[in-house]
Amino acid sequence: MSSIEVNGKSYETDEEGYLVNLAEWDEDIGKVLAQGENIDMTPSHWEVVNFLRDYYNEFQIAPAVRVLTKAIGKKLGPDKGNSQYLYELFPYGPAKQACKIAGLPKPTGCI
Amino acid sequence: MSEATVKKIMYVNRKAPYGTIYALESLEVVLIAAAFDQDVSLVFMDDGVYQLKKGHQTKGIETKNFQPTYRALDDYDVNKLYVEKEALEARGLSEEDMCVPVEVLSAAEIGKLMEQQDVLLSF
Amino acid sequence: MLHIVNKSPLERNTLDSCLAAAQPGAALLLIEDGVYAATRGNRAEGKLRAAAQRLDIYVLAPDLDARGMGQSLAEGIKTTDYAGFVELVTKHKNCQSWL
Repeated sequence: MSSIEVNGKSYETDEEGYLVNLAEWDEDIGKVLAQGENIDMTPSHWEVVNFLRDYYNEFQIAPAVRVLTKAIGKKLGPDKGNSQYLYELFPYGPAKQACKIAGLPKPTGCI
Repeated sequence: MSEATVKKIMYVNRKAPYGTIYALESLEVVLIAAAFDQDVSLVFMDDGVYQLKKGHQTKGIETKNFQPTYRALDDYDVNKLYVEKEALEARGLSEEDMCVPVEVLSAAEIGKLMEQQDVLLSF
Repeated sequence: MLHIVNKSPLERNTLDSCLAAAQPGAALLLIEDGVYAATRGNRAEGKLRAAAQRLDIYVLAPDLDARGMGQSLAEGIKTTDYAGFVELVTKHKNCQSWL
């Protein structure tokens, strides 16, 4: 089992770097997870990460990228609900990377 | 994806939610397979109707409550949910007890829909 | 289409569920503990024989034999073997296993 170090405390991650206990998550952990993905978090990044956390709280799943794109479009507008915008923020896959930073499990339906 | 490659796939759910893993496994397969843009329908028969009984509270059994996930099915373009009328009646339930919008059909009507499927997956 | 039932009718309701949904002309194959439904004197024998009027019903003989029921098959019910099982699956458009 691997782990990450945040503010002197250690948090367990799985073999792909996803946080094991999502209840432990806070923004500082998010920032460290983002560094691991080489992402500089901006307000636009946080908007997507927070959207994902809200989605998870409501539906108990991390959405597949297609679903994420559509749902973001519905809530934040079509200029954000498209894959170009989301891939610019998270070049290695918006669902995968943003979920990891959000402390969520790997998206269901992510193949 | 062209029309010709779209298959009719029906998931048949006949088990109560927490006693066995079937209900959760079915839901996960549905979500994963939704990426393939097929013509998907879900039927709930026998004890399977208990999966949709509103108000699951699973804290006490330390098990994940996956009921909220049924409400995400619409985001995955899965919106054909059929519930067996006789199964509801035998369990003192009605359409109002269901946690998501469903269509209530008799077992025979569900049987007719089964005949039209390319693939049936049983859980 | 082909329906498959593999549970004893006295332990589970799968046979009843199947018979309620199956459309006239469909095939039904009884396998594993499902074969007990097709044996003489079983409580399900009557409804199975009634269903045989509208469904094409088969019992998997190796499962019947394994349970010492080879001589107890209800009247008018056909048996098949593993090759016949495969043939039933391939000749029908789809298949529902009543787990």
